[in-house]
Amino acid sequence: MFGADSPRKGSAAFPIDEAVVSRIFREEYGRSVAALIRAFGDIDVAEDAVQEAFAVALRKWPGAGLPPNPGGWITTTARNVATDRQRRESRGRELLREVAVLLPRNGDPGTSKEVGPVQDDRLRLIFTCCHPALSTEAQVALTLRLLGGLSTKEVARSFLVTEATLAQRLVRAKRKIKAARIPYRVPEVHELPGRLRPVLAVIYLLFNAGLTGPTEPDLCLEAIRLARILAMLMPDEPEVAGLLALLLLTESRRASRLRADGSLVVLGEQDRGRWDQALIGEGQAIVRRCLRRNQPGPYQLQAAINAVHADAATFEQTDWSQIVALYDQLIAVTPTPVVALNRAIAIGEVQGPAAALALVDELDLDNYYPLHATRADLLRRLGRNSEAATAYQRAAAMAPTDAERDFLRLGGRASR
Amino acid sequence: MAHYLLSVHSVDGELREPMTDDAMKESFRQIGILEAEMKSSGSWVFSGRLHGPDTATVVRISNGELLTTDGPFAESKEHLGGFYIIEAQDLDAALALASKVTKVIKRPIEVWPFVDVRS
Repeated sequence: MFGADSPRKGSAAFPIDEAVVSRIFREEYGRSVAALIRAFGDIDVAEDAVQEAFAVALRKWPGAGLPPNPGGWITTTARNVATDRQRRESRGRELLREVAVLLPRNGDPGTSKEVGPVQDDRLRLIFTCCHPALSTEAQVALTLRLLGGLSTKEVARSFLVTEATLAQRLVRAKRKIKAARIPYRVPEVHELPGRLRPVLAVIYLLFNAGLTGPTEPDLCLEAIRLARILAMLMPDEPEVAGLLALLLLTESRRASRLRADGSLVVLGEQDRGRWDQALIGEGQAIVRRCLRRNQPGPYQLQAAINAVHADAATFEQTDWSQIVALYDQLIAVTPTPVVALNRAIAIGEVQGPAAALALVDELDLDNYYPLHATRADLLRRLGRNSEAATAYQRAAAMAPTDAERDFLRLGGRASR
Repeated sequence: MAHYLLSVHSVDGELREPMTDDAMKESFRQIGILEAEMKSSGSWVFSGRLHGPDTATVVRISNGELLTTDGPFAESKEHLGGFYIIEAQDLDAALALASKVTKVIKRPIEVWPFVDVRS
């Protein structure tokens, strides 16, 4: 594509091709779009300008070489593109002046009063994308598109909807942001608990979507990238750190989580030698910092549980009483039946399957197949084989994938 | 600044625990305080409570003629029971006011942005 035009300029040490530019695109898109939205007060203007800037980069960089700060170059170029367009498209000088007058009021009312370090515009953007006035679907789509720099096609593919549906969803969400004037600012401290919750939920949802069905692009890695950005921008929020640690520790087990046929390998049967020690080390270090801070929340507690698992060389060596203690704390802040089920499983490892079964049988989770898989396993361990078989059949009938169903049909013994 | 409609919907036949006279008085007192606060901060534009849907009337042009009929326009179990029109910096400011209203009247509030006629 570039070779014919500039055979001598493309430096051999720095071959700049579409792959390089698209990598920079993924890394810098969110930051540039966020900066442009603040400058121009409009998401579409920002997106168009940043895309145009990357098109310019694709033309220029192969010949001129990579600029020292590619992200800054993109933002500056996009700013110029947007200013030029605005000048061209505005009908006369008066309108231009009016726009200029309106901008500070349209923009962030808090900017002028802001003290302390300059806030990264991406933080404003994530709070706008995950505003509770938007549906979860819209929050997810906006976050992936604007902060993740994924194309409409990629976002659509990862959520199994058509590109047209996804595009429509984005258009509607952006229209609501504009019409209802969803602000472009970081919430104030007293608003933070309520406003941070959907932000963390969107990142966690992205990660889980990547876990349950391996997606292209990889949503687990995208979620970790967003969690890292958020943790860097909000270093004092313990739950942000907790979420990042939880994702890193879960990700560390990726290589051992699935069988070749796609069925899930339970924790006790995973090959721990294949766990990623670098991710575990990073996750555990964050968990230790959270423990010192001692402001526990659901994400930190789940991260701590995963950190305990990561410590054990074998399933049998797991410090189950510590895990039970953490689940006791978790159920106090998140009293859901799913947490209760996982707590029961941990109690089963300390007090035996009978104690766990008694707890499991109290739960109202009849439509949740892991409940039946857990019951089946506990009944099998208690030697109640015919009841176990019935429970395996129930679980199998509800299993989300064929591989999982076959595994459960065989009494959960495919690879034992 | 932008304008928002905060609307309160009533549902026909919905069973609500009847309020005691004292509770009613207390509720009105709190609404009074809230409205005074909205007026002094400049966010209050207009507000009102509406009579029931059986008091509504609809006029329309049908086949070129003006037709007046018994209302309301839409046959629905839910209808507008009252509203505020407020002025606010952005949605968050409007939502903050709406949360105060819903706490006092103990009913859900719908927050709708007005089309900005200047744009």
